[in-house]
Amino acid sequence: MNMPMTQEPLLSLKNVEASYGKKIKALKGVSLEIRRGEIVALIGCNGAGKTTMLKTISGLLPCEQGVITFNDKKISGLPAHQIAQMGISHVPEGRRIFARLTVAENLQMGRFTRRDAGGIERDLRQIFELFPILKERQEQLGGTLSGGEQQMLAIARALMMSPQLLLLDEPSMGLAPVITDKIFEVIGEINRQGRTIFLVEQNASRALEISRRAYVIDQGVITAQNDAKRLLNDPKVQETYLGVA
Amino acid sequence: MPPTLKHPNYPNSPITLFKTKHQASWKSKLSSLAALAALIVIPALLQSTPQAYLIRSAGLVGLYVLLALGLNFTLGYAGLFDLGYIAFYAIGAYTAAKLAILGWSFPVVVAASIAAALIVRLWVGVAILRLRGDYLAIVTMGFGEITRLVLNNWDSFTNGPKGLPRVGETIMPIRIFGFSLISNLHYYYLILIFIVAAVIISKRLENSRLGRAWVAIREDEMAAQLTGIPVANLKLAAFMISAVFAAVAGSLFAYWERFVTPESFVFWESILIVAMIVTGGMGSVHGVILGAILLGGAPQILQIALGGSEWINYRYFFFGLVLVLTVLFRPQGLFPEKRRHATLKING
Repeated sequence: MNMPMTQEPLLSLKNVEASYGKKIKALKGVSLEIRRGEIVALIGCNGAGKTTMLKTISGLLPCEQGVITFNDKKISGLPAHQIAQMGISHVPEGRRIFARLTVAENLQMGRFTRRDAGGIERDLRQIFELFPILKERQEQLGGTLSGGEQQMLAIARALMMSPQLLLLDEPSMGLAPVITDKIFEVIGEINRQGRTIFLVEQNASRALEISRRAYVIDQGVITAQNDAKRLLNDPKVQETYLGVA
Repeated sequence: MPPTLKHPNYPNSPITLFKTKHQASWKSKLSSLAALAALIVIPALLQSTPQAYLIRSAGLVGLYVLLALGLNFTLGYAGLFDLGYIAFYAIGAYTAAKLAILGWSFPVVVAASIAAALIVRLWVGVAILRLRGDYLAIVTMGFGEITRLVLNNWDSFTNGPKGLPRVGETIMPIRIFGFSLISNLHYYYLILIFIVAAVIISKRLENSRLGRAWVAIREDEMAAQLTGIPVANLKLAAFMISAVFAAVAGSLFAYWERFVTPESFVFWESILIVAMIVTGGMGSVHGVILGAILLGGAPQILQIALGGSEWINYRYFFFGLVLVLTVLFRPQGLFPEKRRHATLKING
């Protein structure tokens, strides 16, 4: 059931290269496309370039070669805050919540650039429905939350920007399986609410289950791309990333 | 005034953002007014007593308060370590001295020294604000020293270590509506007026959208960027506002002393201002003022407390001891920052 609407890419990367310092090239000409309404997973080992890819998209790292476009506008080369304002919200690795600010203040920082009070209210209602715990804890300092709650807060803060595209970097990292379940459930729900999601995960099986399509990255190069279900059954992928012997 | 978010397009939005918990109560407002009244009345009473010298000390402490409130934007709000802040005090003072010698009027002189400090600060800021933490501290420290050395060696412009004005020149006293400010008491009051303005500006900015953005930058620069905060520009803004305060304090100093030399702008002064903010409480206006009074007034306070006894020779020992104890027992400062914690309520 391919609706024409979903075929136009929301985000596209063409031959993108990025590196740390002069010598370490972390992305070596990566191209990919994310269409409106999808969940797309990016899987790969440690050091494959997953986090680098997200950082390059959100402008935290400079895109040295190639072009990144979002809604047909070139975003590569723009500073991170402008990219964020255009509707790409990056939930970074390690959550990066404001530990010494309250939950409510963290959420407020998320709406820093917005002025549509009506929209903010709607988003806040949705966020509190997704994460009732955050509503209860809103006066608590971010740093005193548990790991799972911090991850929820990080996602909630990103949602306060009402992004079209949500970049999630290892949302399940360091979480108990039952919390991971909850996080993935919420990711699905956020997607059903109409937001496109680009999900980077080490937990490849969980990521592939929830996604529609997926890319596999290895040493800075995309080595496979397919429907998530097919990748899940691909023997090579199973061996390398899913731990199936 | 609690900062409430009422968007013009949605005045009756059922959501309250920025509901504040720590609003200034009438009690604290009253005590601030009482303190201000005391600060106005007491020096006037001291004027004709043998303790009149304290007015001058209080004025000098007042300049430290202005400087500390200024640096608080950079260090306290935005969390940027600036160890060369005194350079902008110097630039303000020297610009004011130069122009006052030419006979320019006070408001124009102050505006010009602010402009001079801003231009240099912008130039430095654009170059170095990419750096963070220790690196920024080292570079600003270097800039502070360079400034002092330039003042010391640029004989044709600054008259080197002999200072300004040169023999035969004078800095004319400030004239406001035909009234000349000449005594220590006059300058004390003038400085007090500027401090009141500085406190109001600090408080306003602290509770503004800009203030919250600075807090975000201080807490986590990368996260701030990802929430759409223009980190580089707002860091520069904090850096620039600090320079305005330093330039104002510098021109007041130049007019009051009617003499400026590079000696007043040594590295130790930069350190002292940083110490005032850290001891008082980074980002807390009350704390910073208290820190400036304690550290800026320390020589005088210890002189009075220990005067006569042989302990007077140990006064810098006590000074150091106080700093060490503060950091050990009140690492957040004497008066830690109490931010207005916002809550989000969906009404109805």
